[in-house]
Amino acid sequence: MVDPSRTRLSETVRIEGARILATLVRTVGDLQLAEDAVQEAVLAALREWPRAGVPPQPRAWLTLTAKRKAIDMLRREGARAAKEREGADLMELSTPDTPPDSVVRDDQLRLIFTCCHPALAPDARVALALRTLCGLSVAQTAAVLLTGEAAMAKRLTRIRQKITVSRIPYRVPADAELPSRLAAVCAVVHALYTSGHAPLDGPALVDVDVCGEALRLARLLHDLLPDEPLPAAVLALLLLTEARRPARVDAAGDVVLLADQDRGRWDAAWIAEGRALLDASLRRTGAVADPYQLQAAIAAEHAAAPSYAGTDWAEIVRLYDLLLSVAPSPTAALSRAVAVAEALGPVAGLDALRAVPPGPRWHAVHAELLARSGRYRDAVDAATEALAGELTEPERRYQRRRRSEWEELAGS
Amino acid sequence: MAQYLALTYTADIDWFDPRYAAELAEYQQFGRDHKDSIRAAAVLHPTSTATVVRVVGARGGDVVTTDGPYAETKEALTGYYLIEAADLDEAVAVAAQIPAAWGGAVEVRPVLAAN
Repeated sequence: MVDPSRTRLSETVRIEGARILATLVRTVGDLQLAEDAVQEAVLAALREWPRAGVPPQPRAWLTLTAKRKAIDMLRREGARAAKEREGADLMELSTPDTPPDSVVRDDQLRLIFTCCHPALAPDARVALALRTLCGLSVAQTAAVLLTGEAAMAKRLTRIRQKITVSRIPYRVPADAELPSRLAAVCAVVHALYTSGHAPLDGPALVDVDVCGEALRLARLLHDLLPDEPLPAAVLALLLLTEARRPARVDAAGDVVLLADQDRGRWDAAWIAEGRALLDASLRRTGAVADPYQLQAAIAAEHAAAPSYAGTDWAEIVRLYDLLLSVAPSPTAALSRAVAVAEALGPVAGLDALRAVPPGPRWHAVHAELLARSGRYRDAVDAATEALAGELTEPERRYQRRRRSEWEELAGS
Repeated sequence: MAQYLALTYTADIDWFDPRYAAELAEYQQFGRDHKDSIRAAAVLHPTSTATVVRVVGARGGDVVTTDGPYAETKEALTGYYLIEAADLDEAVAVAAQIPAAWGGAVEVRPVLAAN
């Protein structure tokens, strides 16, 4: 039997880990040190909690323990190379935990701004914030940023190395510096949402907690800089996507395809708010729409359709073409192939699919389009390929169900 | 404190040329303004005076010298400042005052701490 204190610990780390780390980074001003200290605190909890019981406030216990560990580590390091690390770090540790004066009131959002330092490459800022402040694993970070896990691990090591040797300080940016960091912060919030909306694998189709946190951050960001078109577009995109989330799964947690969704379960208020924000954002930008605006426009098009059959698929294909011209990505190309199949038929869809790099979801789309062109035997093989890769459990169940339907139709 | 080398990349000019006297004076002014954080500095002759040295194979091999800079670029390495600063933000604040920062670019690199 699993020790209940152990379950409680892993729950606290899963739900509150990012916040504990965020607090530590703020107090010690050093990411590596903060991460090491949190790790040590978790090890301490593994030893202490089964013996002394789970403390009444697990997060506070872990945070305080991590702070003590950080002080110990600084002392040890101080003894080894007194001149290397300044006493300033220790001074900061002893100051009360009040955030510095900044227009960014939210702790988490302020840390994302802090993490998005201009001396780091834009994609490095996003990767770092997702991994350290949003609690994503290396694999999840790699997935939302469309790269491999090994490449991401190497990249993160190099980023941390630059932070350490260049001494990039974790200092809350001045208000005037916020706009220059905005693009990366928007990318972090959007990628965080994506990681919750389309998880790599796991028991659920959607991680509701992660989606909710991303939406909260997007709203804070838009409230903070209401005249900037970028946060308005991100919030519009998240609202228009999140509005349809309740209809994506049934009571049993199984996938409900867009064609079969009960559109009455879509959140009309969020759709209206999203559309208004998108319009306002588009008015503030010039002729060329940015990727968030285009994705929001696609989501708005779906949201406006009275039914699946009544969807303007030609317009959706056109928007995907625009999106791919400004921000090419395999995910967008895959969605475009689906839209092409709806607009022009499964053969045209299969044709569009050929230019897209394969993955588990690619194989799932491939299987569906093959089945629709009557090639059930090929569809069964494609579904088998999809099932060989990483998918969420509901997607897996759906894929298995479809495969057995196609097996029957193939007459095996 | 840490040390950073601020490498200045600008048009490949001859600083002795009297046409650049005003610009040179700006650099001297920068040097006076930041004398507390500048540990060393140098201005280089143009790349036309550069010689690249290579030793063939391993140590002790033939010495091969070629005329010209290591890399031909539109903006050339024309000088450096060794800056002492608490962190990168501070180093960048000083580097942003070097005239090369608006006439060209300044590359800031942390110096490996000698132990």
